[in-house]
Amino acid sequence: MTMELPHSLVLTYPKEDGRLSALHNDPRTEPRAVRIAIIGVAVTFLGIFVVLPLIVVFAQAFSRGISAYVMALGNPEALSAIRLTLLIAAISVGLNLVFGLVAAWAIAKFEFRGKTFLVSLIDLPFSVSPVISGLVFVLLFGAQGFFGPWLASHNIRLLFAVPGMTLATLFVTFPFVARALIPLMQEQGTQEEEAALSLGASGLQAFFRVTLPNIKWGVLYGVLLCNARAMGEFGAVSVVSGHIRGETNTMPLLVEILYNEYQFVASFAIASLLAMLALITLVAKTILERHLDEGKLSHDH
Amino acid sequence: MTIEVRNLVKKFGAFAALDDVDLRVADGELLALLGPSGSGKTTLLRIIAGLDWPDSGEVFFDGENALLRNAGERHVGFVFQHYALFRHMTVFENVAFGLRVQPRAIRKDEAGIRARVKELLDLVQLDWLANRYPSQLSGGQRQRIALARALAIEPRILLLDEPFGALDAKVRKELRQWLRSLHHEINVTSIFVTHDQEEALEVANRVVVMDKGRIEQVGTPAEVYDSPASAFVHGFIGESIELPVHVADGAVRLGGEKLALAAHDAGPGASRLFVRRHDMQIGPAGAGAFQGEITHVRNFGPVQRAEVALSHGKTVIEVDAPRDRELRAGEIVGLNPRRYRIFAA
Repeated sequence: MTMELPHSLVLTYPKEDGRLSALHNDPRTEPRAVRIAIIGVAVTFLGIFVVLPLIVVFAQAFSRGISAYVMALGNPEALSAIRLTLLIAAISVGLNLVFGLVAAWAIAKFEFRGKTFLVSLIDLPFSVSPVISGLVFVLLFGAQGFFGPWLASHNIRLLFAVPGMTLATLFVTFPFVARALIPLMQEQGTQEEEAALSLGASGLQAFFRVTLPNIKWGVLYGVLLCNARAMGEFGAVSVVSGHIRGETNTMPLLVEILYNEYQFVASFAIASLLAMLALITLVAKTILERHLDEGKLSHDH
Repeated sequence: MTIEVRNLVKKFGAFAALDDVDLRVADGELLALLGPSGSGKTTLLRIIAGLDWPDSGEVFFDGENALLRNAGERHVGFVFQHYALFRHMTVFENVAFGLRVQPRAIRKDEAGIRARVKELLDLVQLDWLANRYPSQLSGGQRQRIALARALAIEPRILLLDEPFGALDAKVRKELRQWLRSLHHEINVTSIFVTHDQEEALEVANRVVVMDKGRIEQVGTPAEVYDSPASAFVHGFIGESIELPVHVADGAVRLGGEKLALAAHDAGPGASRLFVRRHDMQIGPAGAGAFQGEITHVRNFGPVQRAEVALSHGKTVIEVDAPRDRELRAGEIVGLNPRRYRIFAA
């Protein structure tokens, strides 16, 4: 039977095979056309929804030239918003760093009843709409709120002032540090701390010499994300701020106000600062993730 | 330093990890805690180290109540199963850790610390690794660094949790001999936990066999191997043939048939007869306590292993016989135990 096969077919077959194998025989890849199509869709999507808006922000900010941009940022209102944003972010990140460390420590290193509940509680700020988070504080500390009369009688002003905005930011950004640390600390276990204790270290020595160095990249990662959110938070802060110009406006709030007043250059100038923060965060995050992965690899045996 | 443990009880929920354990360890001893997983051996070790606390019971070091002191104050060197080396520190800093965290009043100066670490790295023959990180070491090297780190604080007691558990077979054998000679050199009272009987019998001066939170037997390797105190020890250590027998009026019966074996001091009732595989002598048909047919012979190593289907009770046993007599499948033989033990079932 083989003798009767057309000679040409036998000859051409190896050539066909070479080409076919490149396209179809490797199960790990798709035909070139499909690959191009998929990558094209992804790039187009990212271009329209991420890159283009970013370009627009900067284009608008510089639409009247650099001097207008600098003037917009030098405006006392803008400066006060930047100051307030930095202040609130510094307080929230600082406190959430401590809370996050304590919570992650408790969850990762100890066994106790209600642990699962605590873990879900930490995630609560992620699952609640920020506006609701803000409203909760209004309900608690507002004039008609739960603690309202008591606060009023003691002349303490939380709402529509910096303390209230800080509280709202604190609430919204609480999960970041804890979330970054819990899996890391759970994976690392308690053996190194036990070793430190048996070698005569005190609890504090064990924490600062063993635990903290082991989680430092995770801590930085959590702080970074926490900071980005604290500076960018709009909903919760908006509800409790009262929008007092020059007093209780953060950068995101000022962007909205200026935009509504048709001051596009000023509005986008502030927005460009937030966009730059996002870009810096992105780069820093990538670097930190690399360090975290290395850490994982180095003790992955 | 001597260690004494009295009436130790430790429960994890409903599970009794330690159930009324008493133990004395003499000064300078090298003791093995041997048992299957879940037998409580690691829990006992951790309580002695101060890493766990008993629900009740007492622990004494040289007659002094150790439970009044926390782990750091007990001066116990602990080597963890997975070494627990500080991953962000070099080998040098790992070993130096115990010296650096000492109270200022008794802490050595930097030169003193360097000298001591050098000495310890020389002891474990790894001084050339001082600047490496734990992740760059092999398992056996990590093990020795963990040991050097534990020795840095000049411990009065050395505790090792499954010291060879995570190593491959060849490294394991080398480290066993090395640990023995090291113990001989530093002569610190040492306890190690293992589930590997060969390891326990080969390395330790005395072996503590544990099961289900209780101590089954304490003795020299020869004692626990040759005179097991319980059915568990006989079955756990060495390779044994186990047969369900019945003892009544000084007679031993297997599957209803009377065996030509004395019951010795075994009590009446359902019992378990244990014989070491190499203690079962194969002889001509008709002679001996058991009769059977060889179903399979495997020839390897110093002995030949025969599978014998016993005519009593329809059980198949494995017997190790010397290779001077050739055995064949299908042969009818008589079997006689050189030594045997009967325990109540």
